[in-house]
Amino acid sequence: MSAIIQAKQILKQYNGVTVVDRISFDVQHGECFGILGPNGAGKTTTMRMIIGLAGVTEGQLHVFGYPMSPEQRLVPPRLGVVSQEDNLDIDLSVSENLLVYGRYFGLSARLIREQIPKLLEFAQLSDRGASPVRELSGGMKRRLVIARSLINNPELVTLDEPTTGLDPQARHLIWQRLRALKEKGTTLLLTTHYMEEAAQICDRLLILNHGQILDQGTPADLIKRHVESEVVEIRGCMLDSDLDCFENLPGRLERVGDTLFCYTHNADSVMAALKDHSALTLLLRPSNLEDVFLKLTGRELRD
Amino acid sequence: MSQLIRCNIIPTLGVFQVWRRHFMVWRQTYAASLAGNLGEPLLFLLGMGYGLGRFVGEIGDMPYMHYVAPGILAASAMNNATFEALYGGFTRMTRQNTFHAMLATPLGVSDVVAGEILWAATKSLIAGIAIFLVGSLLGAFPASTALLALPVVFLAGLVFASMGIVVTAISPSYEFFLYYTTLITTPMFLFCGVFYPVSSLPDTVATIARWLPLGHVVSLTRPLATGLPLGNPFLHIFALIVFTLLAYSAAVFFVKRRIIT
Ligand SMILES: Nc1ncnc2c1ncn2[C@@H]1O[C@H](COP(=O)(O)OP(=O)(O)OP(=O)(O)O)[C@@H](O)[C@H]1O
Ligand SMILES: [Mg+2]
Repeated sequence: MSAIIQAKQILKQYNGVTVVDRISFDVQHGECFGILGPNGAGKTTTMRMIIGLAGVTEGQLHVFGYPMSPEQRLVPPRLGVVSQEDNLDIDLSVSENLLVYGRYFGLSARLIREQIPKLLEFAQLSDRGASPVRELSGGMKRRLVIARSLINNPELVTLDEPTTGLDPQARHLIWQRLRALKEKGTTLLLTTHYMEEAAQICDRLLILNHGQILDQGTPADLIKRHVESEVVEIRGCMLDSDLDCFENLPGRLERVGDTLFCYTHNADSVMAALKDHSALTLLLRPSNLEDVFLKLTGRELRD
Repeated sequence: MSQLIRCNIIPTLGVFQVWRRHFMVWRQTYAASLAGNLGEPLLFLLGMGYGLGRFVGEIGDMPYMHYVAPGILAASAMNNATFEALYGGFTRMTRQNTFHAMLATPLGVSDVVAGEILWAATKSLIAGIAIFLVGSLLGAFPASTALLALPVVFLAGLVFASMGIVVTAISPSYEFFLYYTTLITTPMFLFCGVFYPVSSLPDTVATIARWLPLGHVVSLTRPLATGLPLGNPFLHIFALIVFTLLAYSAAVFFVKRRIIT
């Protein structure tokens, strides 16, 4: 199976400042590939290079086997793009947005007319076709942008933070749609801040920080590689003097604000050791991608 | 310069789909838009034609209304195309990210830019037709060739839209447009023969005024609308085409530099 996207040592600089630092990865046919990273990590810049809205400073980037550059227009017909910021035509109705976009692809009026009801259905907007876009909620707009990106039946869809700012219901609906797309064989590339999102829909992912790849692999691999299998979250009596009594716990301790995280392969003995401290609130859970992410990128605030 | 040549400036047929999108949006609010297109030039036509005309009396052998109407037709072409390219173009480029949405499809920068220009010129033409109809009712366009001033209005729209998109592409914000209108379009409005003959200016100023884009436009619309001798129309048309092509190439270059980063 051939790679749909192949990035080899790609470097992107703006005015001499490195934003994407010689990253390499590939996206295989039919998979959902995620790019995770804190704000400013270089996710959008990477996406923009892949869709040809930004040039690569150095390195090789191939999409569908073509060397990608803003000059070449061979890739867009096979590509669907959901960008981070909304760019719908707010003066037009929902259906008109799809119509106009289909025309940009040079699709025939008949084909577009056939596509529109299907896409509205996909976005659960069937009864909103005539509504002006400016009247839609954030979730509806996002669904419309995703539906619009499918008008040309793309083989590859890139989604830059498709669910940021949406409520859980809206987010779950979008996840469900993305899984349906994947089942159809569409290759997906998405960026996200939500670890749950990555875990739910990505087959493989990479973690980007300051333009560099910290690691890449399947969600399960990443968890296995970087954190212990379980974690006990300990809250209450968090005076520094109390910390001593936790030192002998069979696990790796990490303190964040008023919470102590004890990462361990042996949760039973951690729980047993703490059972006499009745003032503590304990929460035992399997470790997840968020733990990996925080461990790799640090816990301080980003910008 | 080599970059300027390298960038792909020939648009594809996709340009018409861009135009259709703008038309579709315009259709939603065309009544307000037409009122605006018509209102200001009509005020000028009445205020200048009748008001000032009473003092001026005649220029050459014609009533001032006949003299000034084709000037106002030309100026409105400039103002409409400029306004659309600046404010409309900037809103689409920055606020609404319309350009980005288009560039994620097979459309290229040249299609997006050419579509903007074609649309802005269309708006000039729409406004021109409206002024022409109302002006004709007032008897302001006496010559039988007056209708031929409308294609000139469209050509003028192309020139000023192309120049406008260049300004849009290099502007950091809406405020920046004031430099352009104050330094470029308002002087043309006042010195290129819209209201009085360029020949009444000092020689050097007159020569410059004749060679500015609006000077060429007025040199075409006035003879066509009044029946005065046309002079050398092909020279003016040629000059306007050259201005358009230069400004268009620059517009593609600067929009590309702004968006494809
Ligand atoms: N056109 C540009 N010119 C200069 N710097 C830029 C440009 N675009 C992005 N950057 C810088 O590149 C870095 C990465 O930006 P990018 O938008 O790729 O991050 P991101 O991972 O998408 O962040 P977020 O999660 O906030 O969307 C930032 O420091 C940003 O300021
Ligand atoms: Mg981003």
